[in-house]
Amino acid sequence: MLTSETIVIAVDHLEMAYGDFVIQRDLNFRIHAGEIFIIMGDSGSGKSTLLRHLIGLQRPAKGEIRYGEISFWGLPEDERRRFSQQFGVLYQSGALWSSMTLAENVTLPLKEHTNYTAKESDELASFKLSLVGLAGFEDFYPSEISGGMRKRAGLARAMALDPKILFFDEPSAGLDPISSRRLDELILELRESLGSTIVVVTHELASIFAIADNAVFVDAEARTQTALGNPHELRDSPPCEKVGEFLTRGVSADAPTGARP
Amino acid sequence: MDRRRDHDMNNDKSTLAADPFEIIESSGTLQVRLLGDWTNADNDSPVFNDPVDPLLQMLQARLTRDVSLVEFDSSKLTFWDSRLLVAITKVIDALEREDARLDLDGLPDGVKALIRLSRAVPPRAAARENAEDQGLLTTIGQSASDLFHYLSNANVFLGESLQAFGRFFRGKARYMRSDVVEFIEATGPQALPIVGIINVLLGVILGFMGAVQLTQFGAEIYVANLVALGQTREIAPMMTGIIMAGRTGAAYAAQLGTMQVNEEIDALKTFGFSPMDFLVLPRMLALAIMFPVLVLYADALGIFGGYLVGVGMLGLGTTEYIEQTRQAIDMGDILLGVVKGSVFGILVAITGCMHGMQSGRSASAVGDAATNAVVSGIIAIIVMTAVFAVLTNVLKI
Repeated sequence: MLTSETIVIAVDHLEMAYGDFVIQRDLNFRIHAGEIFIIMGDSGSGKSTLLRHLIGLQRPAKGEIRYGEISFWGLPEDERRRFSQQFGVLYQSGALWSSMTLAENVTLPLKEHTNYTAKESDELASFKLSLVGLAGFEDFYPSEISGGMRKRAGLARAMALDPKILFFDEPSAGLDPISSRRLDELILELRESLGSTIVVVTHELASIFAIADNAVFVDAEARTQTALGNPHELRDSPPCEKVGEFLTRGVSADAPTGARP
Repeated sequence: MDRRRDHDMNNDKSTLAADPFEIIESSGTLQVRLLGDWTNADNDSPVFNDPVDPLLQMLQARLTRDVSLVEFDSSKLTFWDSRLLVAITKVIDALEREDARLDLDGLPDGVKALIRLSRAVPPRAAARENAEDQGLLTTIGQSASDLFHYLSNANVFLGESLQAFGRFFRGKARYMRSDVVEFIEATGPQALPIVGIINVLLGVILGFMGAVQLTQFGAEIYVANLVALGQTREIAPMMTGIIMAGRTGAAYAAQLGTMQVNEEIDALKTFGFSPMDFLVLPRMLALAIMFPVLVLYADALGIFGGYLVGVGMLGLGTTEYIEQTRQAIDMGDILLGVVKGSVFGILVAITGCMHGMQSGRSASAVGDAATNAVVSGIIAIIVMTAVFAVLTNVLKI
């Protein structure tokens, strides 16, 4: 494992809410450098919302998110925006800018934040696209390629600025099992080669066991985290019944009966 | 689940009219004997009464302390579909309230399995109770606070757009110049046909209205004054504003709303772009630049419409009409129209972009955003027209 002891992201007593409606409270976890960290949970538990908090799209109701020593939400807005340039985010649907070609999608952040010439950033965009197996698709628009390709193109864009931290929102949602496994392999390779810290929101068990170093389980009913640790260990000795059931697809636990009358 | 299709021909009105069940009481047990057909009636078959309510009433009437077990006999049941399942569910719910016991063994296996499935997860507490029972006062208060919320949102958006313009004038705004060109193309040249047609026709209408009245006094020539003044000061800016609200405001709202659904706006934010600069500013610039031009174009075509009436119908001479028009209006009238048009253009851009940026993340939310953009754009234009009317009157412009 590449994991070192440096803490990259520290979440303390985080409470997330839409207005008065609290989604999760008292979330506490640490993400170390070079680690692949999974945010897992049942549907509606606020996994993606947690990710939105981590990348600066939604302000916490309470609590703190620190990157290294910096309190992320304590920064003024423009500094926070500048800080978030070191993140790469792969959104659930890819979120490619639909009015631009794939190459333009990748070069836009390069033009904005680097000193590369137009030619250099074009070459860089082609290279990033080739990393995700999309060489030759530079001039395609997002609407002209398949969902899986859009996701990979989104990954190429997320990697455009060689980010220190990569965030993935449900990377395998909507992908067939083979593409999904390839994406997992790609994630592992990225960690090996770039040494990035990777945070993944998913409930795909195969992915979780394939890539995770550590994971947090957020529970929709308890409205807080109910497990933290390596998924293999959590499966073998679950801290609560629901986590065990989640990590085994409910197979080992009693089959749900519930037939009342 | 519909096992009835092939047997439609067997429908017998007399059996349908009767309740498709019997209740037999024996030694503390009520046996519900299901008879015949428990399927959903097709549109073309005779109406038959929903048997669930009579069944429940009869069961409840006959349940006593001694008689508290209900069981089913489905040996005479021919066909069933979801209708039977709903009926059984209702019976189960009702009997639970009555503390009676229920034995489902007599039902067909499929029915038992589906009932078990539907009962596996208990219903969410208070799932359907939220939307009901709002008093009139609550509704009024709610809408008032919604309106306040909306206005304060609009205010925030206005402030943010002003900041974006501030950055633009200091040369610090980050946006793509090619976007501005593209939006200018879409709001300017591409809007010429509709703006042209409507304004020519409005000029014709104004000319006709004036002609009918003015010929009574032999003052046909003043049709030129009416058309020229009305068109440059009022009609051209207002109609162009309304056309652009429907055309461009809706388009902006839909574009930005779709980007919101697609998480494209989130993606911009995480790359350190300000969506106000990157998305809203070019759109506002395009409208602010093109609107005065569109208004001048509308002025010209409206006056041309009046000319058609004056020369074609009233027999005025071309030179005469043009000369009369030149005397009727001066630069101030034209400028007033252009200024009004610029204000309307900014209003259209603001309402369109605001509703797009604040759109929810679903298909219907994007539709709502487009609708609201057009509605509030048009309202804003009309209100501003009234404000301008009062102002120009007071200031004697």
